[in-house]
Amino acid sequence: MENLQLVLPEIFLSLSIMFLLILGVFKKKSSKLIQNLSLAVLIVTAVITFNETIGISETQLFNNSIIIDYLSSLMKIITLLAAFLVLTISSNYLKTFQIFKIEYPILILSSVLGMMVMINSNDLMVFYMGLELQSLSLYVLATFNRDQIKSSEAGLKYFVLSALSSGLLLYGCSLIYGFTGSTNFNIIANQLSSNEYALTFGIVFILVGLAFKISAVPFHMWAPDVYEGSPTSVTLFFTMVPKIAALTVFIRFLYVPFLNLIDQWQMILIFLSIASMLFGAIAAIGQTNLKRLVAYSSISHVGYALAGVAAGTNDGIQSSIVYIFIYVLMNLGLFSCLLMLKRDDVYFEKIEDLSGLSKNHPMLSLSFLIILFSLAGIPPLAGFFAKFYVFKAVIEQSMFFLAIVGLLSTVVAAFYYLRLIKIMYFDEKKDKYDTDHGFWLKFSLTASTLLILVYFIFPGELLDVVSRINII
Amino acid sequence: MMNFPILSSLILLPSIGALFLFFTKGNKKNNFTVKYVALFTSAVNFFLSIYLWILFDQTTSEFQFVEQRIWIKDFINYKVGVDGISILFILLTTFITPLCVISINNSIKERLSEFLIAVLIMESFMIGVFCSLDLVIFYLFFEAGLIPMFLIIGIWGGARRVYSAFKFFLYTLLGSVLMLVAIISIYWLNGTTDIVELYESGIDIKYQNLLWLAFFSSFAVKTPMWPVHTWLPDAHVEAPTAGSVLLAAILLKMAGYGFIRFSLGLFPVASEIFTPLIYTLSVIAIIFTSFIALMQEDMKKLIAYSSVAHMGYVTLGIFTIQQQGIEGSIIQMISHGLVSAALFLCVGVVYDRMHSRLINTYGGIVSIVPKYSILFMVFTLAALGLPGTSGFVGEFLILMGAFKENFLVAVIASIGVIIGAAYMLWLYKRVIFGKLINNDLKQMIDLNKSEVFILSCLAVPTLFFGFYPEPLINTIEVSISDLIDEYNFRLAGRL
Repeated sequence: MENLQLVLPEIFLSLSIMFLLILGVFKKKSSKLIQNLSLAVLIVTAVITFNETIGISETQLFNNSIIIDYLSSLMKIITLLAAFLVLTISSNYLKTFQIFKIEYPILILSSVLGMMVMINSNDLMVFYMGLELQSLSLYVLATFNRDQIKSSEAGLKYFVLSALSSGLLLYGCSLIYGFTGSTNFNIIANQLSSNEYALTFGIVFILVGLAFKISAVPFHMWAPDVYEGSPTSVTLFFTMVPKIAALTVFIRFLYVPFLNLIDQWQMILIFLSIASMLFGAIAAIGQTNLKRLVAYSSISHVGYALAGVAAGTNDGIQSSIVYIFIYVLMNLGLFSCLLMLKRDDVYFEKIEDLSGLSKNHPMLSLSFLIILFSLAGIPPLAGFFAKFYVFKAVIEQSMFFLAIVGLLSTVVAAFYYLRLIKIMYFDEKKDKYDTDHGFWLKFSLTASTLLILVYFIFPGELLDVVSRINII
Repeated sequence: MMNFPILSSLILLPSIGALFLFFTKGNKKNNFTVKYVALFTSAVNFFLSIYLWILFDQTTSEFQFVEQRIWIKDFINYKVGVDGISILFILLTTFITPLCVISINNSIKERLSEFLIAVLIMESFMIGVFCSLDLVIFYLFFEAGLIPMFLIIGIWGGARRVYSAFKFFLYTLLGSVLMLVAIISIYWLNGTTDIVELYESGIDIKYQNLLWLAFFSSFAVKTPMWPVHTWLPDAHVEAPTAGSVLLAAILLKMAGYGFIRFSLGLFPVASEIFTPLIYTLSVIAIIFTSFIALMQEDMKKLIAYSSVAHMGYVTLGIFTIQQQGIEGSIIQMISHGLVSAALFLCVGVVYDRMHSRLINTYGGIVSIVPKYSILFMVFTLAALGLPGTSGFVGEFLILMGAFKENFLVAVIASIGVIIGAAYMLWLYKRVIFGKLINNDLKQMIDLNKSEVFILSCLAVPTLFFGFYPEPLINTIEVSISDLIDEYNFRLAGRL
């Protein structure tokens, strides 16, 4: 019998999902209970992951189709924690729209399960299974506010385009299987020499599929529409959690089986990175809806994270993981602010609704200000360090073009972040918003703002956490 | 006593004051308390920096009061220290900030405590810039200053404040990101960003030109040099008086300091190659912006353009690589810090009373506001470099250095002095003398006590260092001569 305790988190999570589902069906009016139980499940799973696997040296299970190492444990814990926070801060929003139902936490849990499988995968089949599990949950989540036409549209759009990209991805998988005779990453790595050019086709197709999931340009078209149409709490989930898993798969897929083909895929990654950074920065300028703006800003942040992956070194991988951590933190704060723009059960998501916010809500707008400056990458806030590490890794590989384009696009991006600050601080004030937010919303906003603000005092700690990730 | 972290205290103290203000309720009743807290913090900081100057050893060019802590392991150390070049800028910063705080009497009515928080945090960052001995730490402070300044211009500024704040922020950021690339590249080349170590090891000649240009792009915007100076008049015109003072007196000096510390210190070979570029741009700045200043209708804009011209002398002096030239540049920067601060305050004084910055609003006010006229005259004369004022010492030394290096440049720069005299005197004549046409001016009140106090505080060092510049020169002399020796040594080593 193999080491089953290493997959205990996944086993526990899937059993809990089934249990919660049955409980929800048989017990009336149990949405509050299910919500609380799901939160507990996420925490317990994170604890199990931490206890059982974080100290383990690299182990492969189930005919080498699953890999447990420090990278996967770390990413799983971050995914679980992020999902936990999303779930806690979304309850008020759901109640307002009367969609506070049992399905919501369960869908989130099952997509988290899919992500954990993705993160663990060492085999194309396992990877695809995890990907589809998380995607199917996400389609439903996008349409969760089904009475609103925009939400249904978002879900449908996401479903159609995502299915297309999954098709491309599968085609890539089958090409790779055809030329190497296996779907296992280890075996693929040994079979590389035979058919380098044919394999490149497979890599390209899989990269397209992955780029779609992580919403990198030019496969980003779904993101603004879906982000705008979905319920805000789901958008928060979209912008944070799937990106963590997708980035891990990016790293694992490119560096484990295809490290020797780095010349082939590095150019693709550089292109994806530059295009995302530039396009995200430029397209966000014209937006009037905050959620669309966040969509474009997340596209450009994905570009920076990919720049680290493109560097092709351990430093680069570590820097892009640090980047995604800090990005998750900033996004959490940003969406906490958005979820606070509520008056009489109406949520506001237009940019001009921020007008004069600083006069009515000084603390909220101060946090918003800090988060926006951090997203723009202005020192001494956390966002600057994220970019700094990435560009340090990139420049160490003499990729000056990538670094310069990336830093110039931060200047473009600074423009639209500044515009939000301008509207909050320089414009005339409007009516006040509600101030009776739940504890968790206030907590996540305060915590993320403070962490962003004081990150510069302990910049080494996060680097220590990721320094054990040595893929190459 | 040497173990007391005096530089870190200087950096932290204003931030602690700001934190204190943050937790004080900022309503109208508290304005008095809030102001005194800010004043107290910045005054303590000033006395601390005076103490630093007394302890400072003038006979060595080594960095003193060095503090070093591990910040990111195996990568960056938090390292601060001062030498003769930087200490005067720290003094200037701590001297100007309390005056700024006092000057906020009536001009800032709303959100006073937030304004003071921004000013104090700004002070922290600026002191940090002048004493950091690590490139990354330097960049951190250099860029962080954008945030409070953006808010100062944007929230408390004039009618076109949004445009100016954006222009200021984006221009400077654009210049600076290239410097960030250069800093990371230096780390990549040398494995360290510690300035002292970099001074010793030197930087590979192959890369110096590109790195120099990257640093230049940042400093040129910040100085500002022609043709990237256009953000400055806008920012000055729209910023509140205290913001203009900070901007002119201290922010512009960061770049001059950067040129001496980094461009000359780290890239001597590239500096030698690009000296003609600096000469050309400086001379254009001196002549061209002086003529533009001559044409201005708006007093603040006129002084802003005169700042560009004065900074032209500074860059010219720095790149003469002569003892007198660099000394002159530093003294010119200190003097410009005092004088332009005073001139902006002078404009602020009449603006508070008449709500107009246009020159043709005024005229013939000499008999109505005699005290104002006298103090304004002192600063006008200092700005045009009359002997006996600190402006003269700086300009004279710079031109002396320039004559040794390049006769033509020095002659053209000297012509700039004449134009400078023309626009300053003409400004003074149109505002103070002439016929009293505007009847509203008769109601103007002369300077109150605090305004007299502030302007005299600025006038005393202006005149004192004009007659007796020895204390300044003694402080910087050794550091500069060692810098030049090192520079020439490295140049010779290349050949």
